[in-house]
Amino acid sequence: MSEALDIFASAGLWGAVLRIATPLIFGTLGALLCERAGVLNLGIEGIMTFGAMIGWLAVFQGGSLWFGLLAAALGGAMFGLLHALMTVPLGLSQHVTGLGITLFASSLSYFVFRLVVPVQGTPPTIEPFQPIDFPILSDLPLLGSTLFNQTAPTYLAILFALLLAYILARTPLGLAIRMTGENPHAAEAQGIDPIKVRIGAVVAGSALMGLGGSFLTLSAFNSFFPTMVQGRGWVAIALVVFASWRPGRALLGAILFALFDAYQLRLQTIIGNAVPYQLFLMIPYVLSIVALVAMARRARVPQALMQPYRRGER
Amino acid sequence: MGEGRLMRLERREHRPIGLVVTAPIIAILVALGLSGILIALAGAPVLEAYQRILISAFGSRLAATETLTRTTPLILTGLAVAVAFRARVWNIGAEGQFYVGALAAAALGSQHGLALPGYALVPALMLVGAVAGIVLLLLPLALRLRFGVDEVVTTLLLNFVVLLFVSMMIEGPMKDPLAFGWPQSVPVIGDALLPKLVERSRLHIGLVFAVIAALIVFIVQSRTVFGMEARAAGLNPSAARFAGVPLGATLVKVACWSGGLAGLAGAIEVMGVKGYVTTDLSPGYGYAGIVVAMLANLHPLGVVAAALFAATMFVGSDGMSRALGVPSFIADVTVALSLLTMLVALFFTTYRIRR
Amino acid sequence: MTSSPVLRLEGITKRFGSFAANDNITVELARGEIVALLGENGAGKTTLMNVLFGHYVPDAGRVLVDGRELPAGRPRAAIDAGVGMVHQHFTLAPNLTVLENVMTGTESLLGWRSRTGPARRKLTALAERFGLTVDLEARVGDLSVGEQQRVEILKALYNDARILILDEPTAVLTQPEAQRLFEILRVMAAEGLSLIFISHKLHEVLAAAARVVVLRAGRVVGERAAKDTSKNELAELMVGRRVSRPVREAGAPGEAMLTAEGITVRVDGVRRLVDCGFTLRAGETLGIMGVSGNGQTTLAHLVSGLVHADEGVLTMFGERRERENPRRLVALGVGRIPEDRNSEGMIGDFALWENAVLERVRQPRFSRFGFVRRDAAKAFCAGVIERFDVRGGTSDTRTRLLSGGNMQKLIFGRNLATTPKILVAAQPTRGLDEGAIAAVHEEILAARRAGTAVLLISEDLDEVLALADRIQAIVNGRLSDPVVTDAIDARRLGLMMAGEWAKAA
Repeated sequence: MSEALDIFASAGLWGAVLRIATPLIFGTLGALLCERAGVLNLGIEGIMTFGAMIGWLAVFQGGSLWFGLLAAALGGAMFGLLHALMTVPLGLSQHVTGLGITLFASSLSYFVFRLVVPVQGTPPTIEPFQPIDFPILSDLPLLGSTLFNQTAPTYLAILFALLLAYILARTPLGLAIRMTGENPHAAEAQGIDPIKVRIGAVVAGSALMGLGGSFLTLSAFNSFFPTMVQGRGWVAIALVVFASWRPGRALLGAILFALFDAYQLRLQTIIGNAVPYQLFLMIPYVLSIVALVAMARRARVPQALMQPYRRGER
Repeated sequence: MGEGRLMRLERREHRPIGLVVTAPIIAILVALGLSGILIALAGAPVLEAYQRILISAFGSRLAATETLTRTTPLILTGLAVAVAFRARVWNIGAEGQFYVGALAAAALGSQHGLALPGYALVPALMLVGAVAGIVLLLLPLALRLRFGVDEVVTTLLLNFVVLLFVSMMIEGPMKDPLAFGWPQSVPVIGDALLPKLVERSRLHIGLVFAVIAALIVFIVQSRTVFGMEARAAGLNPSAARFAGVPLGATLVKVACWSGGLAGLAGAIEVMGVKGYVTTDLSPGYGYAGIVVAMLANLHPLGVVAAALFAATMFVGSDGMSRALGVPSFIADVTVALSLLTMLVALFFTTYRIRR
Repeated sequence: MTSSPVLRLEGITKRFGSFAANDNITVELARGEIVALLGENGAGKTTLMNVLFGHYVPDAGRVLVDGRELPAGRPRAAIDAGVGMVHQHFTLAPNLTVLENVMTGTESLLGWRSRTGPARRKLTALAERFGLTVDLEARVGDLSVGEQQRVEILKALYNDARILILDEPTAVLTQPEAQRLFEILRVMAAEGLSLIFISHKLHEVLAAAARVVVLRAGRVVGERAAKDTSKNELAELMVGRRVSRPVREAGAPGEAMLTAEGITVRVDGVRRLVDCGFTLRAGETLGIMGVSGNGQTTLAHLVSGLVHADEGVLTMFGERRERENPRRLVALGVGRIPEDRNSEGMIGDFALWENAVLERVRQPRFSRFGFVRRDAAKAFCAGVIERFDVRGGTSDTRTRLLSGGNMQKLIFGRNLATTPKILVAAQPTRGLDEGAIAAVHEEILAARRAGTAVLLISEDLDEVLALADRIQAIVNGRLSDPVVTDAIDARRLGLMMAGEWAKAA
């Protein structure tokens, strides 16, 4: 029992937490941005997959790691544009469109990957992001390995969280996005074009999702393999609800989640074969469902979420 | 009224029947066309690739039976999704329901399972599989009815939980001690295996069950009180409520049909094809079922045709891939694209563009 | 009026099809003046204001602000000219704060920071100047309706409106809140703003406005200075000298089919019906009259089985039945005509026969062993189509293709074909043309003749006067005592609808 608690004291745990949280942070922020404008983007799982693939591919073909990130963001934005065009001006079902995008983006990822990298024994690897070494800070006892020994994308994720929080809360653009998600007719009556705002938000949000996927191949692992996203996209969707659609809480929620995940990995080594490892792996998904139920009637949903906006119809 | 815009969307007065029927065909053609671009990018001749897909799917006895074998689970998962979507129950968990149905059938069909005579065992296991699928879908539905939690995400998350559960079972209590290589479950006994439709092929009578299921669903939807009420609940919940349709109870019944069909799909796949459960028993049948359902415009008989299309793509691409070097994922891409093109095609049956 | 008017609507005509909602209307507004636009539902008030604000393009006439003509059909032009509108249904986002709601769209989207400081100062100054105190940081959803309305007014003022239009501003306010609003309006007028408010409530119009313009059937029928007129005169102008000779013949009401006493119904925590009492007798039509938003929908839902009474006693056919569901009521013999035929009455994608039997499909007549008896259902539908002259299709036609009037005939038909004991009709002629209205009225009278107890809930005075034997007014969820229709006149009618029940007695 004390061993179980000791895990919390280990330096490795907290460092792993931020690492595991990074794709979740990106994904949740991306989904949050779309939903704040009123669009549910269920293409997230596929977009993250594609981001993982294209980012890796860009580096594999000789680009820099930062170029890989850019490629992932652009790839995500592309699928975001497709989703937005179908759901906003045309007003097609956001549920089914999103699922279609997930299927399309995932399968396209595997297709392109297989095209460039034929089947072989071990998949090829690239040189991933290395943890950044800060002069004195990295050597601090617990804080050092946690906060000051991460790769660049992780810092980017935290930066985006803070940036998005600021934009949504304190800028006219953020207000326009929020108003579009709450009452697009009111937004229009006050001179904002809800269609353009929604399209923009979905494209930007999908770019973030793509970045989240690319962390998996450019930092966490160094190769791409099918189904590597493992449902993180859906967890992110649940986390958006859990975070009450606020970026700051999304950051904390993702970290909390990652804590459970990192913890269960280490707990496995202690408990050994007594408990099947699959039970531990189930925890994130089960927790997501619990989080959804817990926040169900309490969360302040953007009022116009999932309602297509048609001009002139009141 | 309104600022000057280049184009306006105008709702059609009625849906032209011609368009409604040809919409799936147009959607598929457009999807194939777009895939053609990818095939060309892969450096293969496009028309020849299409030809090879068809030949690989139907060119020989072996090919045709394989395609039909793959059609069977797709019909059932397609029905499962279609039934649910019609009532606006977003069941994306057909994949998970498939696996619990398979697991339940394998568990109770193995030598430690039900001790029933041959002719009773198959129907019993089919029932068991269906029940397992029902139970799995009722949980997310209960969360929706009680707490208002959107079932899209919960059914999706459960898919992952189920897959891990299956892995746990076949590496643990249900492990087959005699199998080498990848873990698999204990096999079902001989009596539980479905007879073949065609000798020396994988095609089993599950196909017949699947088509019968489609007919039954069609009859229920179009002829029964429940079918009418479920349709009403999906089309216009407030009018349904006004007319006295008990919405909650109706949705529960819909979930039973939907989860049951998906679970049945898993049970039949086990009993008909391999005889045991592995973690790759389903190459995404649950998700493909969504595409099948949408291509069929949620019509049970259309599901059979749409399932055949999807199976053709999957089986055909394997052969084409071997011959031309185009990754076989092209099938998944085409099928996914046809979902998107179908949505757009359906849109144009309801709206037209006006200058 | 020495200076030229700040606003002039000149010869405005607006038609919808053959129906003239506004017919050659001319209205003027001076600076610092409060004018009330009075009229009952359908008189053309909202249409006129929509023309002013640019939501509609008039077929004839023009709008002049400070002598300059406004381009038609452009809300932006109206806003820029200083015209602000406070709609009856607010365009607010409940999850955002007051400040956020007001500031939306007022700054360039490229700005790096919302300049909340100057905005707060401007709003605080406006609030103080006009007495529109409201907490800027409060979440709009938490505010009372009166406070939300103040936010709407602030929005218009923040955008530098000099002419303010308020559409039925007191429809959703309590008495004290309405008083506060009038004080605010007086302050605004004194500060040089010009105001038009639309209303049907006589005492408010007299209390708040300097001048009253009365509309009826799309025309201006009178203009009075508030101090020179009275409620009685206005009521008569508004309602008109209706030669509404009852089309109904004398009836002999039978036994009571439904009795309600002390009924209170709460919806989402708000009391929509308060201590209501009424009786429905066989062969008699009881008319419930009132402007929408006073509880009619809840009343209709109560008798239709969609909501249950929280307090009170409801007796139907001799037994207490406070908790019945729609199916049971239909089986017992209650016919229901819903208020919104599209969202409640019909399923657009169903065939006509399916809509005809859906609420009765579980009866042995239409189903057996769970299977629908299609032939019986289609025959029933064909019978309804013929008997009630439903045009536009056969039993198999998709319902969406029918016109509103024919859909309504089908709805009536499916209920009346089974000779119900009680018929509840909510806004049965809303959105219908004259021919369809006549047909519906004939059906209601026929049902009454056949001995059905009819509950008619309607905003249309003509309709209620023509069809009902007795009338009760509904105001803020309460019902007045019943009055025999033959004993009523235009004056009393207007007073009843305005809630002046003591004076109407």
